[in-house]
Amino acid sequence: MIEFLQQLLNGLSLGAIYALIALGYTMVYGVLRFINFAHSDVFMVGAFIGYYLGRHVPAGTLGGGLAVLAAAMAGCAILGMVIERLVYRPLRQAPTLNVLITAIGVSLFLEYGGQIVFGAAPRNFPAIFPETNLHVGQLSISSNQLFVIGVALVLMVGLQLIVFKTKIGTAMRAVALNPQAAQLVGINNDVVIAFTFGLGSALAGAGGILYALNYPSIDPLMGVMPGLKAFVAAILGGIGNIPGAALGGLLLGTVETFVSGSQWSTYKDAIAFAILIVILLFRPAGLLGKFIVEKV
Amino acid sequence: MIPRPHLALAATLLAAFVVSHFSDRLDPYFLDVMIGVGINVILAVSLNLVNGYTGQFSLGHAGFMSVGAYLAAAVTVLAGPRLLGPDGGSALQQGWLFFAALLAGGLSAALAGLLVGVPSLRLKGDYLALVTLGFGEIIRVIFQNVEVLGGALGLNGIPAYTTVFWVLAFVAVTVFVVTCLVHSTYGRGFLATHDDEIAAESIGLNTTRYKIVAFVIGAFFAGIAGGLYGHFKMTITPTGFDFTKSVEIVVMVILGGMGNTVGVILAAILLTLLPELLRPVAEYRMVIYSLLLIMLMLVRPEGLFNFKVGKIRL
Repeated sequence: MIEFLQQLLNGLSLGAIYALIALGYTMVYGVLRFINFAHSDVFMVGAFIGYYLGRHVPAGTLGGGLAVLAAAMAGCAILGMVIERLVYRPLRQAPTLNVLITAIGVSLFLEYGGQIVFGAAPRNFPAIFPETNLHVGQLSISSNQLFVIGVALVLMVGLQLIVFKTKIGTAMRAVALNPQAAQLVGINNDVVIAFTFGLGSALAGAGGILYALNYPSIDPLMGVMPGLKAFVAAILGGIGNIPGAALGGLLLGTVETFVSGSQWSTYKDAIAFAILIVILLFRPAGLLGKFIVEKV
Repeated sequence: MIPRPHLALAATLLAAFVVSHFSDRLDPYFLDVMIGVGINVILAVSLNLVNGYTGQFSLGHAGFMSVGAYLAAAVTVLAGPRLLGPDGGSALQQGWLFFAALLAGGLSAALAGLLVGVPSLRLKGDYLALVTLGFGEIIRVIFQNVEVLGGALGLNGIPAYTTVFWVLAFVAVTVFVVTCLVHSTYGRGFLATHDDEIAAESIGLNTTRYKIVAFVIGAFFAGIAGGLYGHFKMTITPTGFDFTKSVEIVVMVILGGMGNTVGVILAAILLTLLPELLRPVAEYRMVIYSLLLIMLMLVRPEGLFNFKVGKIRL
């Protein structure tokens, strides 16, 4: 029982990170209908911003840690918007396949460019937040895990508020529903799409810092696996659906943690894709999504 | 009169014989490069059937290649000594064994393609790309866990059966099959699926079946290429067939122009020779590839080599 609770906690903290990344995928898919493959590398850049800034703030303080987190989010937001402006906007009218290929290109560019700029060897992420271990009964809870879940929760609630309570959030939903109609009622699609990229990338940046706190070895290819899994989480919850992405992330993180604690641990990386295939076979729209038939 | 593709096939097979006859006198480095080019041409042309002609975006070609590489190597490494006897058998016996191993690799890759294709080809565009990528990863994880095939360390001691003859012959067969298939009455369905799936369905084409057929044939030749690769490098590891390898093949197809066999062959040759020429800047290879992808999509999405050759668009 103790082991179960322990694993559940580990799973939820991993799942919270997946959920943060998945939100970025889902929002971009919502407005532009394509998979932003480069998202997982924005996540990696977030971790590296944390690595470089983390050395300049007093280690192990809440204020310093939050400052680094905010800086990484801002940096990633800018990076996301720059990518959108330079690469994706000229392709707004291009076939989906071309945009997808470009996205893969951007992703590879960030990964291998990162290897040249940051170096390919793994680095140790500094402990920027105060660390203690709490003991509840026999359960061991690290403050980092609680912090990850807490920050993820705050960001997700904040996102929900932005999307449903603000003017720009309303515009985002309008563009997602029908871009042409949104333009007709006076929404500037370019601004909304840039904002969506910024918002999603900021969440990925936060995810990068949180991931590096729990798994403090970072390298330029660190984003690939979490990124793919987060995307699976987004599909699992129903792509384009924000609560779905959060649910999918938590589910996937939990399942993966339980698998890696079992005798099948070497198959840990395959489990996400197995889930993906099962979901696409039996419920292609995801857990919370609606199935829409393509019309001419 | 013999149709032109058949004539080309016969000519290439003859050339393969001639080249392999004189291969002792050629520079071994040149031969190695030629084998590498040939394997990549097989991979690119077979992927072009799926990504180019049929318009489906597969990112799992390296996965099928690994299935072929492992199965073919398993045949020659595990069953080979028993079949050939202690003296290693004659050259002819080795040739037959290799041929059987390649076929076994190709067929098992085709089977894997069928297993992957049936569920995933109901999906479109980016979803398909992701599922094929996921399958590639699953295949890699499975091979990492199969101890008979060397596990994570990989399989060593594969006999060096791959020669220029085998590679050229299979390049010829691959190009022949893909070209003839696409230009046949049946094969027009691939192009129709590519151009407009809804329209193709409305005139009664079973687009899902076309996608699966393209996928299975593509996987078969990827498996053959994998078998050739394994018996050329003499050692294979699961990580050698990762996402990066799949991307490399995709770049060849896109650079050559999707759905343009001649262009894709040229691109495969260029992209295999380029790293050989650019050894000093080898670490920048993937950065150059990624920039190439982005620039091509922004400036020339139809591919670098997409022009008509004479009257016939091969």
